[in-house]
Amino acid sequence: MLGFLVRRLALAVLVAFTVSAVSFVLLRASGDVAVAIAGESATEADIAAIRHQYGLDRPLAIQYFDWLGNALSGDLGRSIFFNTPVSDLISERLPVTVAVGALALLFAVTLSVPLGVAAALRPNSPIDHLAMWLAVLGQAMPSFWFALLLVLVLGVWWRLLPISGTGTFAHYIMPAIALGYYATPAIMRLTRAGMIEVLQSDYIRTARAKGLGTGRILFKHALRNAAIPVVALAAVQFGFMLSGSIVIESIFALPGVGHLAWISLQRSDFTVVQGIVLMLAVIYICLAVVADLFNAWLDPRIRVS
Amino acid sequence: MSAPDLLQPVVSPRARAWRRALRHGGVLFGGAILLAIALVAVFAPLIAPYDPYAQDLSQRLIDPVWGPKGSWAHPLGTDQLGRDYLSRIFYGARISLLIGLSTMCVSGLIGTVMGVAAGYFGGRVDDVVNFVVVTRLSMPVILIALAVVAVAGSSLTVVMAVLGCLLWDRFAVVMRAATRQVRDLEYVTAAEALGMPVRRIVISEILPNVLGALIVVATLEMAHAILLEAALSFLGLGVQPPTPSLGLMVSEGRQVMFFKPWLIAIPGAALFLLVLSINLLGDGLRDVMAPEGRS
Repeated sequence: MLGFLVRRLALAVLVAFTVSAVSFVLLRASGDVAVAIAGESATEADIAAIRHQYGLDRPLAIQYFDWLGNALSGDLGRSIFFNTPVSDLISERLPVTVAVGALALLFAVTLSVPLGVAAALRPNSPIDHLAMWLAVLGQAMPSFWFALLLVLVLGVWWRLLPISGTGTFAHYIMPAIALGYYATPAIMRLTRAGMIEVLQSDYIRTARAKGLGTGRILFKHALRNAAIPVVALAAVQFGFMLSGSIVIESIFALPGVGHLAWISLQRSDFTVVQGIVLMLAVIYICLAVVADLFNAWLDPRIRVS
Repeated sequence: MSAPDLLQPVVSPRARAWRRALRHGGVLFGGAILLAIALVAVFAPLIAPYDPYAQDLSQRLIDPVWGPKGSWAHPLGTDQLGRDYLSRIFYGARISLLIGLSTMCVSGLIGTVMGVAAGYFGGRVDDVVNFVVVTRLSMPVILIALAVVAVAGSSLTVVMAVLGCLLWDRFAVVMRAATRQVRDLEYVTAAEALGMPVRRIVISEILPNVLGALIVVATLEMAHAILLEAALSFLGLGVQPPTPSLGLMVSEGRQVMFFKPWLIAIPGAALFLLVLSINLLGDGLRDVMAPEGRS
């Protein structure tokens, strides 16, 4: 297990550095950042001044290592627009994004796991077909459109929920649904497939032969084993949700990291964007490591190979 | 082989897969809708009642035909600039399909090369490809795409290039697994024993036998690309106005959605229908090609 842990962590660190380098180069090499910052009416001299001010006239490798060195000590640079440290801007807004993400995941799991289990108990029954149709429809629904429909129906027509901002728990419900529904088809399918497989195994038959009740077999024996891949998937989905929050937060005007990313993109505030990309990537990498370790802890076959 | 089998006409596995496909509800239904949308997109210049860019400020925000003041002159009404909504939807389907197909080709090529190389050679090559895929998965796609488009300047070509270069991960993963399954089969070993060069083994032995998996990922990734383009355009960093992109139309309609909800409902529903048809086709093809996976 220790060897697996060390190897997995080393890989994660290597991936994190590669992601930071690739995204840094992508952002600098896909166009002239100085021109984007300066805006449309800027003169050549303005652009040259900006290039010098932000150190964009230095070689790319030097810019990267300079930025990376600072980032490693927790300094992600200063925002061009706010003129405050990027790390402060992000840490102020991260709780909102994490709260919405956690609620979204909760919504996705409470909807998809029971459906997946019910579908697995009776394959090809009406409930199985219903679950499959929900999965197919959910996967095809554009998240921004779904969010706007929620605003229209729940917020404006029925006046059940506030349509933007934060403050109360009710403000988080629509964003969480809009962000979470996209993960439900994947989690549901995996729960269903896992349950079908587990329910056919010998130890379930043994449990039945022992005379255990259906409820006990289901929750104590079957679901526990079928849940292993689901937990790993949920961790990874949480990472996707954090980066998907840019769409949802911009619609519901939630002051989170996604919203910060969106307004920073509009203001060509690339130090902030760069910082957010790095932070989201690191969070995702950590979640993937946790998911892998969790799997390896539960399933010895993974850590040996 | 028993006697009755000899009387049956010989049916190749591919023909059998075709027959299953033609009996599969999802394939038929999804395929039919997709075909209809594709025909509309291709023949948009011929069937669209108006020029999708033509503004007529005297005809602004007309209700669709089922609305209180709707008429058949503009079956789906008009937008804030008096442009015919039906014509814009037709052209919007064109943009979506164009993005979907181009992304599918670019990312399909990148992902297939990586996946087949990893699956065929294994070892060091596999490790490298695995690392590249993990790295790519760790990058927040929407944000990277938005940032690159913001720096490079938003246009249809930039969006196509960015999505093509970002969405190859699932191709690589699936093609690697499919290639590994085929790699150790007798006919590949036989080809190697005959001294066939690697390039020919890959092209004539491996690729035809992983084609099924490739088609399935390709359809699902096409749907993914269409949704991403719509999201980028919705956020204002994708296709630029006045181009009729479905995501952009939802974003434009958003300003008056409380008074004219159909302005967001219609393009969103069109997008939903398009993605749904592609997903139904993809899921159906997966069922058809892997009959043992059906439960």
